[in-house]
Formats: sequence, structure tokens, C-alpha cells
Amino acid sequence: MSSHSIADQPSVQNRPSVLERIVQSRNGLGFLFMLPAAAFLLCFLTYPLGLGVWLGFTDTSIGRPGIFIGLENYIWLWNDSVFWLSVFNTMLYTVVASVLKFGLGLWLALILNEHMPFKNFFRAIILLPWVVPTVLSALAFWWIFDSQFSILSWVLMELGLISGPINFLGEPNNARASVIAANVWRGIPFVAISLLAGLQTIPQSLHEAAALDGATPWQRFRRITLPLLTPIIAVVMTFSVLFTFTDFQLIYVLTRGGPVNATHLMATLSFQRAIPGGQLGEGAAIAVAMIPFLLAAILFSFFGLQRRKWQQGGRD
Amino acid sequence: MSRNTAAPETVQDDIVGMEQYNTLPRRLVVLYLPLAVFVFVLLFPFYWMAITAIKPNHQLTNYETYSPFWVVEPTLQHVRYLLFETSYPGWLWNTMIVAVFSTILSLAAAVFAAYAIERVRFTGARVTGLLIFLAYLVPPSILFIPLAFIVFQVGIYDSRLALILTYPTFLIPFCTWLLMGYFRSIPFELEESALVDGASRWQILTKVVLPLAVPGLISAGIFAFTLSWNEFIYALTFISSSENKTVPVGVLTELVRGDVYEWGGLMSGALIGSLPVVILYSFFVDYYVSSMTGAVKE
Repeated sequence: MSSHSIADQPSVQNRPSVLERIVQSRNGLGFLFMLPAAAFLLCFLTYPLGLGVWLGFTDTSIGRPGIFIGLENYIWLWNDSVFWLSVFNTMLYTVVASVLKFGLGLWLALILNEHMPFKNFFRAIILLPWVVPTVLSALAFWWIFDSQFSILSWVLMELGLISGPINFLGEPNNARASVIAANVWRGIPFVAISLLAGLQTIPQSLHEAAALDGATPWQRFRRITLPLLTPIIAVVMTFSVLFTFTDFQLIYVLTRGGPVNATHLMATLSFQRAIPGGQLGEGAAIAVAMIPFLLAAILFSFFGLQRRKWQQGGRD
Repeated sequence: MSRNTAAPETVQDDIVGMEQYNTLPRRLVVLYLPLAVFVFVLLFPFYWMAITAIKPNHQLTNYETYSPFWVVEPTLQHVRYLLFETSYPGWLWNTMIVAVFSTILSLAAAVFAAYAIERVRFTGARVTGLLIFLAYLVPPSILFIPLAFIVFQVGIYDSRLALILTYPTFLIPFCTWLLMGYFRSIPFELEESALVDGASRWQILTKVVLPLAVPGLISAGIFAFTLSWNEFIYALTFISSSENKTVPVGVLTELVRGDVYEWGGLMSGALIGSLPVVILYSFFVDYYVSSMTGAVKE
């Protein structure tokens, strides 16, 4: 038996098939392994991205192929007050929600970083808002923000702080505050748990040494915790800004952009014009208008990572 | 991107820090009180969801007679309505199918891609890794219009296949990025000795690397499952008929009718729709945390 297989082997190795030659070479194998993912991403990510930019230059609508109309969509948007309102709303939403998420998230992370009983249990339940489907938790917020039977209004009325129910989602500024509150509620866990992971890499001995030298708790936070946490803060906040800026679900459930477009974000306006409105070209143009902001966020993330490397004494 | 093999580990020193100087009253005020407020605020919507789901209709809005925070005669009427008089079970089934298949698809593609980028080190592997990271940052709210266009032209509009094929656009970059980190932590020497012993690349991948990367596979898998379970905008855009909808879309578009909101039914729909991911989460908390922080830290 064994003598047979030994005699057979040289002849097999002399004639490597095409597949074998590909598998033997580093680049061939790499190409083969990358193929499924690359094919998928090219077909369903890169191509649509390009197609989206192209659609922005056409007057395509649902059921009718469009023709190239140049910058007409963008000129139309430039003169569209609703579009500018959505840009303003998106900025406001992103800035306010991100700042709140960062502040509260960092606070929660600092709390969870202390030694306490049931720490893992707390960490587990705090992540729940982030695990549950956004649309479904937004429905709970819709019920909490109900104009007549809001539990918040009821409690405040019982406490005698207000006389009538608050119209959470029916009045422009209330609606803005309400959707931001819901977004912050959903975003805190992500920021807190990510920053907690960063905090756990900071040695306690640094704090002890600083305290022996007479540093106050604030100084220790300001001079030790923050600088060592900055790289992770940069990355976490980039992700947070990115997700907040392109948010769609929460607004769609709570207000659909109303009242009088006061909570329309660029993403919801893009959906509104493209799918129910049927103007695919115009919707695509609004989506494309979001890209510069996203690029800015990505660059921010990139420099955050670079800085981290430099702080750790890594190469390049 | 950072390529340092020694990722920062959680510091395990015996120094308890400065906390021994904090007295109990002080800890109560600066630690436990804020924590209690955080936990209350973060969990209250779920409590409200759950308590509404089992309240009989006449107690739902009658805050004067019945305390809104408690339920007197819990009922399953909303759940019964949901399961037997709406298409809800079908939506659950659709969501499950879509989430399972898109997760498997993405995980398979991501394993090969991550292994190729991290270990085969073909020409341009670094750039490919960076591109994968950038792909992860492309949000669905930019892609859904052209994707709807494509889905329509391919002829898979209003089918589960449309979702199974489009969800990997955000799952593959995420899984690949996460698995790259895990593969990086597997020592090169193991693969080298397998090579010396005559193992093929395929054998190395299936017999050496994958068994060692099981925690990474679990993390990526459950996370991808959760992301597809929670996905909304593609499902809203690509699906029109009731029987093909997923839970988030179905609850929002079919259970909300007119001006009279059936809050009991809506909330039980939201509750039951959240349960699968919450149960999954409760079994794999640490994997979730590691995949979330892993995606950010790498």
C-alpha cells in the first residue's frame, strides 16, 4: 500500500493544475479568498454608491428612467428652504445629541469603572437600549411622548409642576428636544461601554502616584484620565457622530419629520422625497449632499487613530 | 490603522486606587445615586413597554382609577391579538430567516477576507483592510435609494432575498474588521509549524486558525444577527407586501392605523420583537461587549 502511494506522488507534483498554482501563490490565494467579500461589496456597496451619485444628476423617478439634467437637482435644493431646514436640524441634532451622549456616557463609564458589587450585572443591563431594535424602543418613546396620555406629563402634573399635558411631538422645539432625548437614551450605552473599555486600560497606580503628589480628584481626571482616554474618545465619538448624523429610524417613528418639517433630518428628507414622493433623483441628491460631512468625520477618525499610535510609541 | 500586535489589555494590578479614602456616604452620593438614576432612565422605557403590553384596554389610559405604574388584572389579550389576528408570526419568521441567512453569508465571506488580509498578506492587503474599514463607515441612509433602484432592476423587489443580499453590505465590513483583529492575535508560529508539517492553506485555516478564533466568530455572528434583526431602512424601502415584512417594519406600518393607536398591541409587538435579541444578548453579554469595543478599538 505505502509503496504505491510513494510511487504515485512525484507524477502528481510534476503537473500542478491551474487551481493549485493559484493556491500556491500568495497573491492568487489572497485573490481567491477575497473574492466573495469583494464581489459582494463591489456589487452592493461600491456600485450603488456610484449609482447614487449618478442618480443625483438625473431626474429619475419611480417607474420612469431619468435623463441627465446636470446640477438641476442641486440648484433646486439650494433654493429649497425645507432642505436648508433639514441641514440645520441635522446639525443641531448631531451636535446636541453627541455632546450629551459624550458627557453622560463618560460619566456613566467613570461610575462603572469604580469597584462595586454587581458591576458586571450593571454593565450588562446598561447595554440593553443599544441591543433592542431602535424602531421598537422608539415605539415605546412614542407612547411615552403621547400628547394626551404621556406618562411624563402625568407625573409632572401629579407633582404640580405643570398644569396641562406637554405636547411633546406636536410643537417644533418640543419635538426637537424629544427626538434628541430619545437618541441620547439610545446612544449612551455605546459611548459608556466603549469608554469603559478604554478606562480599564489606565493603570490605577498612576492615580495613586498623582494623589501622593497632592493632585485633587479633578486634577487626576483632567491630567491623567482624559489624556490617556483621548484616542479612544476620538474614535468612539466619530462613530457616534456618524450614526447620529445619518439617523433615520428614530425620526421616522417619532415624528416623520413633522411638525412642519421641524425635525426633518437629511436622511428622512431624502427618504421622504425619494420613496413616498417618487423623486429618486432628488432624494439621491440629498443623500449625496451628506457625503462631505461623512468624509469630514472619517478624516477625524483617521487622525484620532494616528494620534493613538503616536502616543503608544508605535511605528509611523 | 493600528497594527500593534499587543492590544492594550485590561490592567490587572492589585492596587485598589484611591477608593479606600472614599467614605460610604460619599460613595452613595457620587456613585450609587447617579448610577441608580442612569439605570432607572435607561430601563424605564422597557418597563413601560412591558407593563403596557399586559394591561387591559380600560386601564391603559385611565390613570386616575388605576396607578399607571402597575397593572391590576394582567392580560394576554394583546399578545393573543398579535399572534392570531395579525401577520405578526409571519414577520417574526421573515426576520429570523433574513437575519440567519445574511449572517451566515456575511460570516463566511468575512472569514476568508479577514484571513487573506491578515495572514496571506497578498500585495495590497493593507490598503484592502483600510477600504474594508471605510466600507463599514458608509451608512445605509446614503445607499438605500440606489440599492432600491438595483433591487428593482434585478427583480428581487419585495422578497426576502432582497434583504438577505443587501444586509451583507454593512455586515461584511463589520465582521471582516472584527475577525481581522482576532486573527491578528493568533501567533504566527502555530501556522508556520503547521506549514512545516505539510498542511495546506485550507487545512491551516480550518484546523488551526478557525478553532482558535471561535470567540471571534461567535462575537461577529451574534453581532451580525443583532444588526440584521434591528435593520429598518432597507426593509422599509425594499418590501411592500405585508407577508414579506420584518418585525420592525411590520409593527410600524401595519399595527399603527389611523388616529386610534392600539398601544397594548403595539407595545406587545415591540416587546416580543425585542425578545429574541435580548435573550441572545443575555447569553453572550461578554461577546457583545468585546465585539463592540473591538470594532472601535482596533
